Amino acid sequence: MVKKFMYINRKAPYGTIYALESLEVVLIGAAFDQDVSLAFIGDGVYQLTKGQDTKAIGQKNFSTVYMALGDYDVNKIYVEKESLEERGLTLDDLQHLVWEDEDEDWAEKDSIRLVSRAELSDVLDEQDVLLSF
Amino acid sequence: MAIEANGKTFETDEEGYLANLNEWEPAVATAMAEAEDCPLTDEHWDIINFLREYYEEYQIAPAVRVLTKAVGKKLGKDKGNSKYLYELFPYGPGKQACKYAGLPKPTGCV
Repeated sequence: MVKKFMYINRKAPYGTIYALESLEVVLIGAAFDQDVSLAFIGDGVYQLTKGQDTKAIGQKNFSTVYMALGDYDVNKIYVEKESLEERGLTLDDLQHLVWEDEDEDWAEKDSIRLVSRAELSDVLDEQDVLLSF
Repeated sequence: MAIEANGKTFETDEEGYLANLNEWEPAVATAMAEAEDCPLTDEHWDIINFLREYYEEYQIAPAVRVLTKAVGKKLGKDKGNSKYLYELFPYGPGKQACKYAGLPKPTGCV
């Protein structure tokens, strides 16, 4: 039976291991043909920002991996509107995540869904499994 | 462990994956393939080159499922299936092709 899995990302990308660990679990979990979605709230929205540069902290810049999520059929990426606004960010500050629809001649479609806190709460309610990072 | 190619010695891990990705050169792939009795054809190189480009862009080795889909898109539907890829890389396209391409083992691959 297909279950609805949602990975909730709350932390800034570097400084803790949470963002990278979440991404690894998402990629591994994607092999199991479940209904997977991701939510980015609070400082988690920083994980998706463009132009990350990790040279000064000597860590691998893994922000490119988010661009590959579409290849793994992970194409429901919820970003909380209030979290972006509270940090002075807009959708334009985030990487443009897309997926290709094989059934429509590989048409590129947006993966990011900008939702309000109230809307996201409804989406959370529909899930079978929530994993918080 | 280590592998000899082009007159040089390249360090590998216990499963034969290149220790330092930046050291890769085509001769490494050829030497690894010869050691496993799997001579490389143009079709093999298509996949190896694809994997290297994918890694360059996304910094991860794609899962087999992703590889299959992407190969089908790039090289034609007749090549985008696991039968074709397993014929080329009988030890598993993810593991074997990634190894020859100098990439780490794909995430989720045991």
